[in-house]
Amino acid sequence: MPHDTNKVHVSLRHVTKTFRRAGGGQDVHALGPIDLDLKRGEFFAVVGPSGCGKSTLLEVLAGLTPVTDGTVVFEDQPIHGNVPDGVGVVFQEDACFPWMTVSDNIAFGLRQAGIPAAETARRVAAALELMGLGQFARSHPAQLSGGMRQRVCIARTLVLQPRLILLDEPFGALDQQTRLLMGEEVLRLWRETGATIFLITHALDEAAMLADRIGVMSARPGRLLEIVETGWAPDRDSTIVETPEFGQVTARLWQWLRVESMKSVGRMDRR
Amino acid sequence: MKPIFLLRLLVIAGFIGFVEALCRIGIIDNFTMPPPSRIAADLARALASGKFNGPIRATLLNAALAFCLAVTVGITAAVVIHRLAALRTSLDPFFATYYAVPVLAFYPLLIILFGLGSAPKVIIAFMLGVVAVIVNTLNGLDRVPRVLLKSARMARMGWFATATQITLPSAAPFVLTGVKFAVAYALIGIIGSEFIMSTDGIGFEIAFAYNNFDNATMYPLIVLVMIISIIVNMLLSIWEKQLLERRGLR
Repeated sequence: MPHDTNKVHVSLRHVTKTFRRAGGGQDVHALGPIDLDLKRGEFFAVVGPSGCGKSTLLEVLAGLTPVTDGTVVFEDQPIHGNVPDGVGVVFQEDACFPWMTVSDNIAFGLRQAGIPAAETARRVAAALELMGLGQFARSHPAQLSGGMRQRVCIARTLVLQPRLILLDEPFGALDQQTRLLMGEEVLRLWRETGATIFLITHALDEAAMLADRIGVMSARPGRLLEIVETGWAPDRDSTIVETPEFGQVTARLWQWLRVESMKSVGRMDRR
Repeated sequence: MKPIFLLRLLVIAGFIGFVEALCRIGIIDNFTMPPPSRIAADLARALASGKFNGPIRATLLNAALAFCLAVTVGITAAVVIHRLAALRTSLDPFFATYYAVPVLAFYPLLIILFGLGSAPKVIIAFMLGVVAVIVNTLNGLDRVPRVLLKSARMARMGWFATATQITLPSAAPFVLTGVKFAVAYALIGIIGSEFIMSTDGIGFEIAFAYNNFDNATMYPLIVLVMIISIIVNMLLSIWEKQLLERRGLR
């Protein structure tokens, strides 16, 4: 497992994103400047108030959105609105293709990449097993619960064996118990795959439980205010929430976020 | 048998029985309309004789051709229009008012241009159906979840692969609505054109029978058209039901 290597996997330098308004409206400065290095194999989470540009930052890393200024480098290759090889995303919304079976959903990216059928079948079978979806291989997404559909999306990303996994509030639509269990599954997958994980979340406890480091973003335009190191061991699980250290990490995150969250909802006068 | 299906059958049977009774007791005189039982017997006799095989084949072939053209051109046009925002903006008012134009009014012009063969009828049926397919497909394409498009981009799919493998399958329930319209308009366009001016087809035979007070031919052929339309729509509805059930939409 490549955890705890200090080699930089992804590097962001002075990354800025401004959305141009059509028809001469005022431009929206959504993000940055942001400077950040993600180490190979680390689990990095980002928390921030609503609308602070967390998802924009993830889309920049995925190559779905070009930066306005600055550079993003992944494995020594610049990303500028091009989807790089070795990056996978799990979106917050249900991204299952409803007309395909669970198996076909998981195989989708492999087929697009031209992976031979036998290898595709092998990887899909392994992913179904890994995600506990074996008996639902021939089901359609509509027959599954929200948590299971999200597992299908995670499996669809994992079969491509990405070296950088971007998670955009993947458990946002799930109940608290399912979130905790899904969090444990993500930790297990992280340990097994050794991939670098970049998690966007609005849930402080989720970030505190899962990540090695947590970046706290400001209200828009989103900048990194602080990076909190959790110091957890790689073999952690959800029982970590019972420890005093977990409370300290969460409290520290909230200290930073409280003011920013009030700014984002226009309540600075009540500080 | 499902209760709702049984109820539908009872409603239809009740209506036919009611009309039968009106005809039998003379409220509807037999010169205006024969009893449904006699229409059914006449239809069975006409089909068994093979006398109308040629017209039926001509109508169905032309309708199938117009339907295929409307669906193929309609879906392709919708995908292209959906990609070109300026074209979409300029065409939207045209689509909104299209069905206010009586397309059949162009039929004489098309006969002058293409002669009295199948081409003018197919063009009319195509013109009636194609815009319904375009409008419904556009409606579906507008509703494709953005996250599916992002997934396509992550899979590095080009626009054609995205259209054929992501956006059109996602929009399928709406496309299917357009397809159902295309079936109906194909039959209306072909039979309507045959009715106005033609040398063959079911519509021509109905018009010929009407002009010659031949109720024994006219009514069975009208019923035949209804049966064909109902069967095609039932098949499409079964397909639609399966499609929607698979997606948890029904």
